[in-house]
Amino acid sequence: MSRVSGAVLESPVRMQAAEQQIAIAARNVVKSFTTRGKESVILDGVTIDVAEGEFLTIVGPSGCGKTTLLQLFAGLQPVTSGSIEVDGKAIQGPPSGIVYVFQQYGKSVFPWRTVLGNVVFGLERKKGMSKAERHAIGREMLELVGLAGYEDHYPSQLSGGMQQRLAIARALAPQPRVLLMDEPFSALDALTRAKLQQLVLDIWQKLGITVIFVTHDIEEALLLSTRVIALHKSPANIDIDLADDFAHPRNLISLGEDPDYLAMRRTLLSSIYRQEGLVYEDGRGR
Amino acid sequence: MKQWSRRLPGIALILVLLLLWQFSVQFGWVRSPSVPSVTASFEGLWQSIVNGRLPLALADTLMRIFIGYGIAVVLAVALGALMGMSRFVYYLLEPVTELLRPVPSAAYIPIAILLLGVGNEMKIAVIAIACFFPVLLNTYGGVRSVDPILTDTGRTFGYPPVQRLWRIILPSALPEILTGMRVALGIALIVGIVAEMLAGNSGIGYFILDSQRVFRVQFVFAGIITLALVGYLLNFLFLRIEAYVLRWRASTST
Repeated sequence: MSRVSGAVLESPVRMQAAEQQIAIAARNVVKSFTTRGKESVILDGVTIDVAEGEFLTIVGPSGCGKTTLLQLFAGLQPVTSGSIEVDGKAIQGPPSGIVYVFQQYGKSVFPWRTVLGNVVFGLERKKGMSKAERHAIGREMLELVGLAGYEDHYPSQLSGGMQQRLAIARALAPQPRVLLMDEPFSALDALTRAKLQQLVLDIWQKLGITVIFVTHDIEEALLLSTRVIALHKSPANIDIDLADDFAHPRNLISLGEDPDYLAMRRTLLSSIYRQEGLVYEDGRGR
Repeated sequence: MKQWSRRLPGIALILVLLLLWQFSVQFGWVRSPSVPSVTASFEGLWQSIVNGRLPLALADTLMRIFIGYGIAVVLAVALGALMGMSRFVYYLLEPVTELLRPVPSAAYIPIAILLLGVGNEMKIAVIAIACFFPVLLNTYGGVRSVDPILTDTGRTFGYPPVQRLWRIILPSALPEILTGMRVALGIALIVGIVAEMLAGNSGIGYFILDSQRVFRVQFVFAGIITLALVGYLLNFLFLRIEAYVLRWRASTST
């Protein structure tokens, strides 16, 4: 089903599920930590196929393992059992073509490099690319995220929102297949957040990359994604898997008034709030 | 520039102290053959510059300091980085370094003399040992405190460990390494002079001691003034270089 809200255009990104390529997949992933002899299972046999071009958002109550799952997709943490697969093969460490954008952008950008120096960081690995070529791509990326003109600034001279834009530009420069974003906007003010949400939507539509996005903000999830997965805390697995197929481009304001949107919001919020102990079991508020 | 007007009181203090020194000798408040007047000291300074003794001594001292310092920095940064990145290497080397570090560097001089004689090698070795530990400690600390998010950023872009050391860990640890290097520079000057006094025949330390032995007190003070100026200048230059290398740091308003 396709829903229309605000705009009349049908998104060219929508395809039949059977035709889609799998960009990255979690196959029966189990992740557990042992502290002081006690084992806690964060993820218990999670299986997710992420299709090419999908914008998947993972939500859930605190401690449900959404950031952990993202780090497993990124290869930054190892699975306890099961596997993360790219092109059908289990990954061993950070796979190429997949870049992770951190929540704490201030700690992720390199303060000793200029803005341009940061953006080209991922390109310095590529052989056969001259400095001029790298810089050209870097400038293009900065233009894309709205940081043109700041090439010679240092990160310490940028605001939080600008630093996160820089991190995004840096992540996009090597043209990754999959972009992993870990609550990238939660530490920003509402207006900056809205601007960056728009930016990410624009980039996703323009470049056609696959995005896996983690957030605790349901509305952000519904606004940005084509698919929302809510993780359950216990059992540590998938709770809800929604197709979020409102047409693009999405209207930041009127989308929130759509009845289908509101129904999805209620489904997600009820589950999460219940797990956090905020509403009664039958869905009534306190 | 704003900075200079704030420094005026401090400069004025130095002048006042120099005047007090001068008057106490000139008007006889202090009668001692061991205390020359300010004018006599600067005269002695001028004389030893002109007859070449001081520049030569300074060149000898500085040469030894820079070689010893250079060796120490290279070794200490390498070892410190290794200790910071590998728990095994750390636990292997920590007991030895913690035993050797608290020993005052001057105490190594007799051993150095026995092993290396009284020439340049001995002095360079002692300077190197003295400079090694502050740089080692700071390098190790700097490397250990690199935020894992920075190295994880390196990992997600596909860089292997050696590349991460070069591109991320060392640049991130640089401020702390430079602090250790600045401390070591001061130590280098001290230890170098002491070594020259204990077993030398050249350099500023020897110049000062020799002048004392023949009771040419104006040259003793000339030597001390030279050391004060050289020490100040080295530190000043280091701070300038450090400020340039670390120009990316957020400026805190004073």
